[in-house]
Parts: sequence; structure tokens; C-alpha cells
Amino acid sequence: MMSSPRYDMIVIGGSAGSIPVCISLLKALTHNQHIPVVLIIHRMRNVVSQLDKLLTREAGSVKITEPEDKQAITKGKIYLAPQNYHLLFEEDHSFSLDYSDAVHYSRPSIDVSFESAGRAYGNRVLAILLSGANADGAEGLSYLSDIGADCIVQDPNSAQYPTMPSSAIALEKNIRIMTEAEMITFLQEL
Amino acid sequence: MNNVIGLNPKPQLSTQAFEQLLHLLHHVYGYDFSGYSKASLLRRIYKFMDVQGVTDGQQLIQLLAGDTSVFHSFLETITVNVTEMFRDPGFYKSIREKVLPVLATYPQINIWHAGCSTGEEVFSLCILLYEAGLLHRTRIYATDINASYLEKARTGVLPMTHMREYTLNYQQSGCTGDFSDYYTALYDHVLIHREIRERVVFLQHNLVTDRSFNEFQLILCRNVMIYFNKQLQNKVLKLFHESLSSLGFIGLGMKESLLFSEYRSKYSVVDGSVKIFRKKS
Repeated sequence: MMSSPRYDMIVIGGSAGSIPVCISLLKALTHNQHIPVVLIIHRMRNVVSQLDKLLTREAGSVKITEPEDKQAITKGKIYLAPQNYHLLFEEDHSFSLDYSDAVHYSRPSIDVSFESAGRAYGNRVLAILLSGANADGAEGLSYLSDIGADCIVQDPNSAQYPTMPSSAIALEKNIRIMTEAEMITFLQEL
Repeated sequence: MNNVIGLNPKPQLSTQAFEQLLHLLHHVYGYDFSGYSKASLLRRIYKFMDVQGVTDGQQLIQLLAGDTSVFHSFLETITVNVTEMFRDPGFYKSIREKVLPVLATYPQINIWHAGCSTGEEVFSLCILLYEAGLLHRTRIYATDINASYLEKARTGVLPMTHMREYTLNYQQSGCTGDFSDYYTALYDHVLIHREIRERVVFLQHNLVTDRSFNEFQLILCRNVMIYFNKQLQNKVLKLFHESLSSLGFIGLGMKESLLFSEYRSKYSVVDGSVKIFRKKS
């Protein structure tokens, strides 16, 4: 009999350069059937994107979908924040989309989704911030850490673009720094 | 002044304070936000609190109760919406290829663009209609809850900043002309030509409380209902249903759908990938 999971939500943020690491993490989560996973990846807007299909193909086993507005969040499913919207979490555990100003030139913004995940799921969130070339995600991660959620950043020394993880570390001391291999092990053991 | 150095603590609103706030807004100022999506409404309220340097609900309520000008600035923050010309070019391509040929069979075309913000998407639609030779017999009613946005939209003036991106969007929408023929550049702004705008009437309309005012062959309401909860979405879809003529079209945002609503059986899918639907009868 499996014990109940420690987390009710896993959020993973990064820029487009973090997609290879993201795929490794998704593979490490193949066994996961209990926790919904939401990816917030910086991407172009107003261009046709097949990122959901690409991730599904590369990660294998689970279909990765872009949620529609007010769609209910299901355990064990993997969601990708759609282009050109901010992705928010409702208290009833459904998604809401928001089309307001970009944050850190980004929509979807990792800060926006991380903070919203914290407001809806409290300390039952696990947040992972990967590589990226701007500071989006740092403030959101700091908020999550403040409310007692577990936060992990990719080791800036191993990140392709270290600004994103470094900003988070500068803002908040109480987060765990892990290499890609360490993150994979951590997720496999969930 | 409320000076806080470093990162401000995130504002927090208890459920009780949130309810009090909604009550105040409804009964003192006449705006009912009870059907709004709580996640995005709260995000905007927190943003306003941050700017005002207010961290708890009672302070916010006192501030709003005591000063109408604060309320107006609050309303601006809550109803703020960004917009782009030819947002989602694939949507406009589909309107051009699948909807306009049908609209062309009507002697007079009525369109409602609900939640038009500062008008960028309205002008985009006007350009499509112009290129299809339909604009002169079309009347477009463009509505928004926010009066200051409508004021801006009526001027036809847009910032120059995004014109390069809009030009790319225009080209990807399958349009055939030269985008720069439709505006005149004035320093850091552009003016959309009058002949493109002259068939548009900008009107203030609140989707939550106001009723239908005409019958339309096409309704566009893109990325407005995402701010509403499911019940309010259904109420607004009812309003649209009653305002659409038989076999009329409705176009939504890329991640909005009728298929989860009470109205799914009353519409056929014209283009599922860009969310264009058609009333069955």
C-alpha cells in the first residue's frame, strides 16, 4: 500500500532553454499517478507551437496537454501553460487563464503561476525552477518558500542560463539547490 | 507615503474580507464581481494593494469606502486588459476563410465585438472585412465595461511600439494587402485610417448586468469570459445565444470553449483549433 503523497501539486518553471532538463524530469515522473504536474515554460506568442506534442513524444508514457480555461485539474496529469496567457489556479483546483500584462516580459510568467499555486494549494506545492535568462520565477519561489512549500532550484553551475536560478537563490536562502541528476533521483523517489 | 524597503510582504485577504469587499463594490458602487474568477480577481486586487501600500483587507475596504477616486483607480486595475492586433493569426485566417464568405450572403451585416478593450482586435476585424469588400455594409458594435478604454479606442490612435509584431501577425492571418496602407505614423504613434474605423460604434456595456441590444450574425468575445466563473460564463453565453441570429457565428479565445458549457448541443464546431462555433438554428 502506498502512503499518501507529500504534495498535491508540482510546478516546474524554466525558459525555452530548459526544455531538455524538463524532459528528463518528466521521465523521472513516469510512475507518478497521484500528483498533477504543471509546466510553465517561456515561449513565443502568435506562432504555431507544437511544444505539447514535442514534450509528449520525448517524455513518453503520459500525454501532455495545454489546459483550457476552467478545466478541472486531475491527479497524475501533466499540463503545459498555454502560449500568451498567464496560468492561474482556483481554490476548487481548476485552471483559470489571465491575459494581463507580461511579467518579466513573459506571459506565461512563472512568478504569476507559482504565487497562484501557493494561494490555491498552500504548502502542499513542490516547486522546481530550472534554467533561464531572466529573473522570472524568483519572487514566486520566494513566496512559496515563505508559506512553507518545498522549493528546488537547478544548480546555477549546471544550468545553461544561470540568471533564473541565481536570482531565486539571491532572494531566498531556504531553498534546495540540485543538479539535474539530483532532481531526477528526488522525483523518482516521490 | 508607505515606504517599504526590499521585497514587500505579499498582501493577504481573508475569505471574510473578500466577501466584505465584494459587498461594498456591489452595494456602494454598483459593480457586481461575485461571478468573477477568484484567482484572477484576487491577483488584481493584490496588485492594487501592492501599489497602494496596503497589506490587509480592512485597510483596503476603508480606503475604498472613503474615496470615490480610489474606487475609480481600483476599477481600472481590476478591469485592465491588454490586447493586440491580429492576436492569434490563425483565428483571423479562419474568420477570413470560413466565416466571411457566409456573411457575404447577407445584405446588411451586424457584428458585436464584446469586451473590445482599446480596439486593437476590432480594427483587425475591420481590415479583414475591408479586404473582403464587406466593410461598407457592416455595422460593428464594439463594447467594453471600461469607459476610458472606449475613449481611447474611439481615437483610433495606437502606440507605435508593437506595429512590427502586428505586421507579422497581419501577414500570418492570410491578408493580402500592405498593412501600412491602413494607418499613418505620427512620431511614436499610429492613426488607423478613418475609412477602416467608420463602421464601428463603441459603446459601454457590462456583460454581467446589461442586456442584449440587437441581433448579430457574428459575435466575437475573446479572452473576456476567462475572468468569469462557470456560472457567470453560462449566463453570458445565454446573452450571446439570444443575441445571435439563426446560423450566426461566435468566436472565442484560443483556450475558451463552448464545449464545457450548457450550450454545447446548440452549436456546431466551425474550427475547433481556433474556437469558432455556429448556432445550429
